[in-house]
Amino acid sequence: MPQNPQSLFDTDELVINMGPQHPSTHGVLRVVLRLDGERVVDADVVIGYLHRGVEKLCEHRDWTQIVLITDRMDYVAAATNNLGYCETVEKLMSFEVPRRAVYIRTLLSELQRIASHLVWLGSHAMDIGAVTVFLYCLRERELALDLFEEYSGARLTYNCMRVGGMPFDLPAGFDRKVREFCDIVEEKLLEYETLLTQNRIWLERTRGVGVISAADAVAIGLSGPSLRASGVLRDVRKDEPYAAYADLEFDVPIGGAGDTYDRYLVRLEEFRQSTRIIRQVLDGMPEGPVMGKVPRLIKPPAGETYHAIESPKGELGYFIVSDGKALSPYRFRVRPPSFCNLQALRQLVRGHLVADVVALIGTIDIVLGEVDR
Amino acid sequence: MIDSVLIPLFKIVILLVGVLTAVAYMVLLERKVQAWVQVRLGPMRVGPHGVLQPIADVVKLIIKEDITPARADRWVYTLAPILVLVPALIVFAVIPIGESITMFGREVPLYLTDINVGLLYIVSVSSVGVYGIILGGWASNSKYPLLGALRASAQLVSYEVAVTMTLVSLILMAGTLSMVGIVEAQREAGLWYIFVQPVAFVIFLIGGLAETNRAPFDMPEAESELVAGFHTEYSGIRFALFFLAEYANMIVVSAVATTLFLGGWLRPFPNVAVLAPLGLVPGWAWFLLKTFLFLYFFLQVRATLPRYRYDQLMRLGWKVLIPLAIANLFVTGAARVLL
Amino acid sequence: MDSPDTPSTPVPAGGAAPAPAADAPAAPAAQPAAAKPAAAKSAPKAEPKAPPPPPGPPDPPPPADAVKPAWLTALEAAHRPAIVATSYWVGDWSVIVQPAHALAVLTWLREAEQCRFDFLSDLTAVDWLPREPRFDIVYCLYSTSRRHRARIKARLADGEAVASATGVWPAANWLEREVFDLFGVPFAGHPDPRRILLPEDWQGHPQRKDYPLEGPGELMIEDPHQWLELRHRQREAAFE
Repeated sequence: MPQNPQSLFDTDELVINMGPQHPSTHGVLRVVLRLDGERVVDADVVIGYLHRGVEKLCEHRDWTQIVLITDRMDYVAAATNNLGYCETVEKLMSFEVPRRAVYIRTLLSELQRIASHLVWLGSHAMDIGAVTVFLYCLRERELALDLFEEYSGARLTYNCMRVGGMPFDLPAGFDRKVREFCDIVEEKLLEYETLLTQNRIWLERTRGVGVISAADAVAIGLSGPSLRASGVLRDVRKDEPYAAYADLEFDVPIGGAGDTYDRYLVRLEEFRQSTRIIRQVLDGMPEGPVMGKVPRLIKPPAGETYHAIESPKGELGYFIVSDGKALSPYRFRVRPPSFCNLQALRQLVRGHLVADVVALIGTIDIVLGEVDR
Repeated sequence: MIDSVLIPLFKIVILLVGVLTAVAYMVLLERKVQAWVQVRLGPMRVGPHGVLQPIADVVKLIIKEDITPARADRWVYTLAPILVLVPALIVFAVIPIGESITMFGREVPLYLTDINVGLLYIVSVSSVGVYGIILGGWASNSKYPLLGALRASAQLVSYEVAVTMTLVSLILMAGTLSMVGIVEAQREAGLWYIFVQPVAFVIFLIGGLAETNRAPFDMPEAESELVAGFHTEYSGIRFALFFLAEYANMIVVSAVATTLFLGGWLRPFPNVAVLAPLGLVPGWAWFLLKTFLFLYFFLQVRATLPRYRYDQLMRLGWKVLIPLAIANLFVTGAARVLL
Repeated sequence: MDSPDTPSTPVPAGGAAPAPAADAPAAPAAQPAAAKPAAAKSAPKAEPKAPPPPPGPPDPPPPADAVKPAWLTALEAAHRPAIVATSYWVGDWSVIVQPAHALAVLTWLREAEQCRFDFLSDLTAVDWLPREPRFDIVYCLYSTSRRHRARIKARLADGEAVASATGVWPAANWLEREVFDLFGVPFAGHPDPRRILLPEDWQGHPQRKDYPLEGPGELMIEDPHQWLELRHRQREAAFE
């Protein structure tokens, strides 16, 4: 028997290790939770299990080979990774890419956004227990992957862009297939919404969970849909237009409450905006070459630049330093949106229950390949 | 001798074999229904359309290595799956599958026994199963199972009270605790109790989902949160026992719901003469059909809904279901007195 | 896995350069460089291919006709002594500040009316090995209200600490941990100075230019000499 009667009422905090092998940490994320009952007192996010030294590796590959390595970072959104890298190098070289290539890039990156958001929606719903939505989402993602396969020959790591343009023109009939895909996505979105948006359980599980204010979200470095859900109007596509986004008309959905439900709604709306962008891109697709006249040996002049694009996860930035001599970048740095967004997890989970932790890991949409690089 | 020993023994064997087969095929059905909902095919490899899949599953589970964690409480760890499965099976003793049939010139009732406290027996025995879950989670000496066990206890106190309250209002209606008696009362009333007690029915259904740890109340084994919940550390045959128990419990809840609310083996609208041709279908077939409908509902719910959080289930239980059940009980009582 | 490519890593380059002052934190990292002769012997053709040491960061001064953004004018007015240089390249303005004043400048940039750099886009480092001071710490800032960008750089010697920016932007927490992990740059006042991507017991800081692409860290061999020997033996075996 305890000596002190008071110690009868003392409770211990339970430290629980979620991951790196856990069904819903989306890969090899490890979260060490300190629990009071099931309430999270504090969390330590441990990453690095998938660290492959991408930055170091890229500093030892020549400028064209790096496109392929960027595929392996955010492997559910390889096309936007390619886009960010190619544009950064082109910016360093002050190289003007043919318009048609720019449009094809925009088309692919919006298709990629839909594909990536489908994976997010599916896995997020599955974490909260709606397994069916997961399979529905993957069904539609399959169609997007088919399109990518038709363009680039690959289904996951496309390697589909080159410094200076695009490797291929669009295959015949691609236009029609993409339009069909957009119709299907818009139709199926209603199906997901039927299952989730007004579902009482979904509302209870997501509303008011993981609330982060606009000021906090900016300070902690959230970007992308997670930031917009907190009510910050920030979209690289609008603020610092790249690719063809300056020519296109689209809305940037923002949320108000900054909770998991808002993040869900913002991303759902982004599906619709993406299909809208895709249609405009197809309508306005210019004719012409898809590859600019870049030298065989790419060697940007000495200089450095930071260039950001809006990847499905958030602000994907490349900071590249060229010394003007070597055949590879002197410094290759990626600003990985998943990494920076994941940092907010600790703040989000405090005070919530274990069940919410998985919902919150899902809601910030991370890919461990990009977090750890 | 024949009446007192042989026939009951025979019935027990039939019942056990029947239930266990049903459980095995429930698993297949679940996988198939889930697959159909999710535009997949489900098991297709073992036998035509995967019909032999349950056998393969059982064989696999039996020959699998059975691991006891080094720091587990061995006795309790071994006891827990048994404690879960046995109550799930013995509940079937009082469930009337049909009226008596005549077999070899003998009147054989289609139930094992008709004790006069049948409903009470079911409620108390099926509650024991939760102990198995709690003990299993605790004895594993591991954190995820422990959390699963905690959730199971939280869940138990939230739904059990409400469900029992609804049963009391049913007992008020029927005036008996015997399962056969309740069916007979519905025949006399000429109405299934689902029409008289819709509120009780809904509460019972929700409680049933919670009692069987089925989605959307599968918190004790929430895969995406607690890995596998209370049975994380179990493997092989002991895991299979938990698994069997879960599906056996589903069948129990469906069968009880059928008996209490859908008139057991009675045909629809037993007092409407026009529907008399329906009486040609034997009672046990009606019973099985209704039970199947419930089971199908369970599967469909799982494929449709996300998972509740356990504090939300507790809130639902204490703030909605229990007040509702008590109100229902009062209204029923008042109606019985006044009418 | 890429044997023909490996010798062109800057290992020889780092070794050829005047070795950085062998203060304590640099010592483990400097060892591979010291072991260079062994590596060169095993792959003699590496020597001529090795690029000459980079001259230092290309920080071209702004052209005369470049219009300075408002934040830069304001910064120059407010923190003239802290600014070492200003540079402009392909549309990006960067300001090099003295490391001792970095935190004050950053705090000011976040608060000042013309700046409002409330979003820390990126924080990273560049290793210009032969140069003294060796590292560039690069802060990429963005303002969600003014919608402009800035890049602030501070030059640090090996082992020299810079004040942590976590107080200015909480977002700097993990980014600084990453810089510490991969470059070995300490951040003074960081609330959680641990490695982030690599295991706690990792030797060295891989993003440094004198850390080979393929090497001891990969095989978890702590002594670089031991690794060079091992690789030499492997090559011999492959040759036969």
